[in-house]
Amino acid sequence: MIEVRNLTKRFGPKVAVNNLSFSVSKGEVLGFLGPNGAGKSTTMRMITGYYPPTEGSITVDGISMLDNPVAAKEKMGYLPENAPLYTDLSVIGFLNYTAALRGLRGEAKNRAVLNAIHTCFLEKVANQSLETLSKGYRHRTCLAQSLLHDPEILILDEPTDGLDPNQKHEVRQLIKRLGTDKVIIFSTHILEEVEAACTRAIIIDQGRVVADGTPNELKARAKRAGSVRVNISGLAGSGIRSELGQLNGVSAIEADSETAAGFTGLIYPKAQGKRELSNHIFDLCKNRGWLLSELHVDDGRLDEMFREITAQEKV
Amino acid sequence: MRSVKNILTVFKREAYGYLTSLTFYIFVAVFVILSMFFGFLFANFLKKGDASLVDFFMWHPWFYMLIGPALGMRLWSEEQRLGTMELLLTFPVTVWEVIVGKYLAACAMLALALAMTFSMVITVHMLGEPDNGLILSGYIGSFFVGAASLAITCAISSMTRSQVTCLIVAFFINLLLVLAGFGPIQEFLGRLGVFSVIAKPLAMCSYLYHSTLLGQGLFKLQSLVYFLSVIGFSLLLTSVIIRSKRS
Repeated sequence: MIEVRNLTKRFGPKVAVNNLSFSVSKGEVLGFLGPNGAGKSTTMRMITGYYPPTEGSITVDGISMLDNPVAAKEKMGYLPENAPLYTDLSVIGFLNYTAALRGLRGEAKNRAVLNAIHTCFLEKVANQSLETLSKGYRHRTCLAQSLLHDPEILILDEPTDGLDPNQKHEVRQLIKRLGTDKVIIFSTHILEEVEAACTRAIIIDQGRVVADGTPNELKARAKRAGSVRVNISGLAGSGIRSELGQLNGVSAIEADSETAAGFTGLIYPKAQGKRELSNHIFDLCKNRGWLLSELHVDDGRLDEMFREITAQEKV
Repeated sequence: MRSVKNILTVFKREAYGYLTSLTFYIFVAVFVILSMFFGFLFANFLKKGDASLVDFFMWHPWFYMLIGPALGMRLWSEEQRLGTMELLLTFPVTVWEVIVGKYLAACAMLALALAMTFSMVITVHMLGEPDNGLILSGYIGSFFVGAASLAITCAISSMTRSQVTCLIVAFFINLLLVLAGFGPIQEFLGRLGVFSVIAKPLAMCSYLYHSTLLGQGLFKLQSLVYFLSVIGFSLLLTSVIIRSKRS
């Protein structure tokens, strides 16, 4: 549905996006992650046709954004960062204007505006001036304009920025719901959001893709993924530690506490993600007659993986 | 057809923006009051006993130095300040449709302000038998000067998000375009020997030269070409600036 090939954007000597390539298909909700200044917004602006790329191509459902921008833009809805609005208009006035720019007229326009108001829970403020609205409502109004023409593709730049926890939850649910029959690309800084709403995530740093996969695949790339946290008693901590060290498949042991009565800490497997390690530990405890009061396999965490990957890039 | 619809959509939104802002009414009031005041008092309208509006229109280019920038400064500066330019240019419309829609809306507001001076026409009809062709020609000249000053302001506003900066820069450009044809400046250039040769071409680049011709009922093709060139060049510059800002 969206094909981005070798996309590069330079602002003078600064390379904002560097040879970026990826594609997104229908039914995918793609989370766009990256530290500040990584090139997320610039990439989104190129996909939506606001910035012309310095090099590379963007095709939207087979239509080139560079050769036929109007036709390509028709297929998209876009929520820019900071959700800009015309503050002299009311919510309904703004949506009427943007619907007209989308080519909607008459009854179709009225229906589209009412639908968008309903979807984004704006009924209470529909006739209110945008200037007097809270940030949450303003954000939802701008989100509503992106849904007016029921686009096949939605590009949302930080759609939950500035919303309260309830509103964030509503927007995530909305993204999830819409994602079943659309292509959605959204950028965020909030990693839980990726787990909550995305089917796939791309991490970009310094204008390049540094990771691409499902949230679970990305989590599994964290250093701690597959490590086993244990709390064992029945022998001196050092003894337990040395016996654990001799187990098959253990690469390292990190002790939190080693006392005369037991051991608490993390055990890292040799091959990342191997779950057999927990069975070996369980068997060892059973055979020795130790008390195993905690055994937890870490799935890995996105924030850890994010830090590891983006920190590596900087080095 | 689709382009016309898009232009009309942008036009309506801009016109609504003007008509619901207090600033617009203040500028219309200032324009009407100034033009009446100068028309009646400074031009010795009543003393002359001549049922004509030639002296009334004579002042208009001077007012447009400020009225044009004041009316047009919001056109693109406001879009940039609010960040809505990003939204606007990701809609399935072309940059030209938006430029034309916005510019025509500003021109319509100018026409509205000019229409408010219609009481002058009624007055001269009550006082005598004026030449209506001359009055119409004066209005056309006045409108074109205003439209040219708006087009220049439109180009400047695409360069900056600050309306005040736009107002000041556009004012100075318009000031130069008025002064180039101003009598004392022309006389001064005429006395400068070598520079006297540029006096005439410079005057022809001035609003004053062409609006004076039109005010006197002299409708020349060169005036039409002059105004359309200033407008065309300014709008083209606007589109170039908007494109270059994104690349």
